Amino acid sequence: MAKPQPIAQMPVECWHVEAAAQCGFPSPADDHTQRRIDLNEILLHQPAATYYMRVRGTSMRDAGIEDGDCIIIDRSLEARHGDVILAVIDGEFTVKTLFKRNGKVSLKAANPLFPEITIREGQELSVWGVVTWVIKQASRRGGLR
Amino acid sequence: MGHQAGQSSRRIALIDGNSFYASCERALRPALNGKPVIVLSNNDGCAIARTAEAKALGIRMGDPWFKIRRLESEGLVALSANFALYGDLSERMMQVIGQFAPRQEIYSIDESLLDLTGVPGTGREIGTAIHRRVLQWVGIPTCVGIGPTKTLAKLANHLAKSLPRLEGVCDLSGLSHERLMRAIRHVPVSEVWGVGRRLAPRLQELGIQTAADLVCADARVLRDTFSIVLAKTARELAGESCIEWEDSPAPKKQIMCSRSFGSPVGDIGALIEALSVYTGRAAEKLRAQASMTTAIHVFARTSFFRQTPQYSGSAVMPLGQPTDDTRVLLAATRQALRKFFRPGFAYAKAGVCLLDVRPRQAAQAQQLLAFEVQDSAAESPQMNKAMGVLDQLNTRYGRDTVKLASSVHDETAAWQMRQERMSPSYTTRWEDLVEVWR
Repeated sequence: MAKPQPIAQMPVECWHVEAAAQCGFPSPADDHTQRRIDLNEILLHQPAATYYMRVRGTSMRDAGIEDGDCIIIDRSLEARHGDVILAVIDGEFTVKTLFKRNGKVSLKAANPLFPEITIREGQELSVWGVVTWVIKQASRRGGLR
Repeated sequence: MGHQAGQSSRRIALIDGNSFYASCERALRPALNGKPVIVLSNNDGCAIARTAEAKALGIRMGDPWFKIRRLESEGLVALSANFALYGDLSERMMQVIGQFAPRQEIYSIDESLLDLTGVPGTGREIGTAIHRRVLQWVGIPTCVGIGPTKTLAKLANHLAKSLPRLEGVCDLSGLSHERLMRAIRHVPVSEVWGVGRRLAPRLQELGIQTAADLVCADARVLRDTFSIVLAKTARELAGESCIEWEDSPAPKKQIMCSRSFGSPVGDIGALIEALSVYTGRAAEKLRAQASMTTAIHVFARTSFFRQTPQYSGSAVMPLGQPTDDTRVLLAATRQALRKFFRPGFAYAKAGVCLLDVRPRQAAQAQQLLAFEVQDSAAESPQMNKAMGVLDQLNTRYGRDTVKLASSVHDETAAWQMRQERMSPSYTTRWEDLVEVWR
């Protein structure tokens, strides 16, 4: 099944099928052949819509997003109540939790030192994307910088 | 028009990014929204992309930077071309567009053709969905033109761009001949794909002013006075498909060299061979017109006409400094191919496209200007003299004995000098990630 086969000209949903034909003496490892974990496949839901940014400051500290962390942002997802989002306010990026209940929309920091940002009528809140993962570096020896 | 009944269901879309390079800059810098933004060619020479706000300030394509610099006081933001950023956002945009139909042709860094034949939904519905998704996922505003032929799709794209009430989407497919002619009767003939500024005045002399006039013109006159290609263009405008899916006219201000293969190839070695030939040929064309380039767009794809798995890949490689050197271009081509090559596919066509093609003298003059040599030195006689001396020295003492400061292969130093206005490579360098401060 290594070679891709044509299915149709039109896009169709297809399910991955794995099957093995036995031939000769089977290696005991055959049942366990797996590809090594690829973080790209796990972290990137829609690669074309996925972006990385670096967080500065402490406004999301209590949500585990700290100064210097890298966040993964997926622009293909629609933001829902409770999502951590990257928003644009007055031309500036901000990371906050989206609060959307009873006709009220606001952005909440995860740090009592930062006030809630309420979106008033007529004011535009632009959701740039939904933050899906946070990457923190635990040791400087592990590559990156 | 009875013979066209079978073709009337054919639907082709041409999607392109509005002010593409400038829109890329805005995509990761929302503070630039609503501001006049231009992108400057290599060495900060002249405007190669303008947002609507910049156009409103009276800036024209190709205006030299020193002439419009004063507009900075009116809020003009000028940025150095950042092809790493544009290349990445182009790939994203093309991937998103490709999700809407199985057949896609990447036509240039910011233009893509899509075969919508048989795809469910009206042209306006699909066009609006494409426009919205590219805007949300990539941040690039686009225009979508749809028509029964490539030439009409391109024309529809022009209408989508020029008529704000169309909101970026224009569908000319499925119209009766009368309605189609009404739709295109105000479009100047110079806007028709493949006509251009050179041919337009000659057509106007014959009273052919608009796209609709071209349809009504005598086919024999078009063929005999001009070319078979122009006669085909006229038929395309009437809704009859004549241009093969893979043979589009070359994009402007770019040098393209691409071919369909005799038989499909699967391994990277064969693709490198083919692309090396095309790169060499494009480089020859570049030198023949005494120009230089600063970025190369490389692409390869499977055949749309075969029932084999479909893949279309492309990558843009910035070159650091303007060049017409085949060796530099070849290295970039190989690098680009490795970026997007995927094994397991039967590649049927590949090509290269040189971007930001500018006259050699202008490119070199800017290198000297960027080095802050006095303006007088950049005037052409002295400039030529300097270049002549440089060539003589290199001939006598060996290649690269003397070279321009900006062509020294210390990339960071060179580009700090030349491209002081370049935005970071937000999406292609880990060190350059956008920092979110709030």
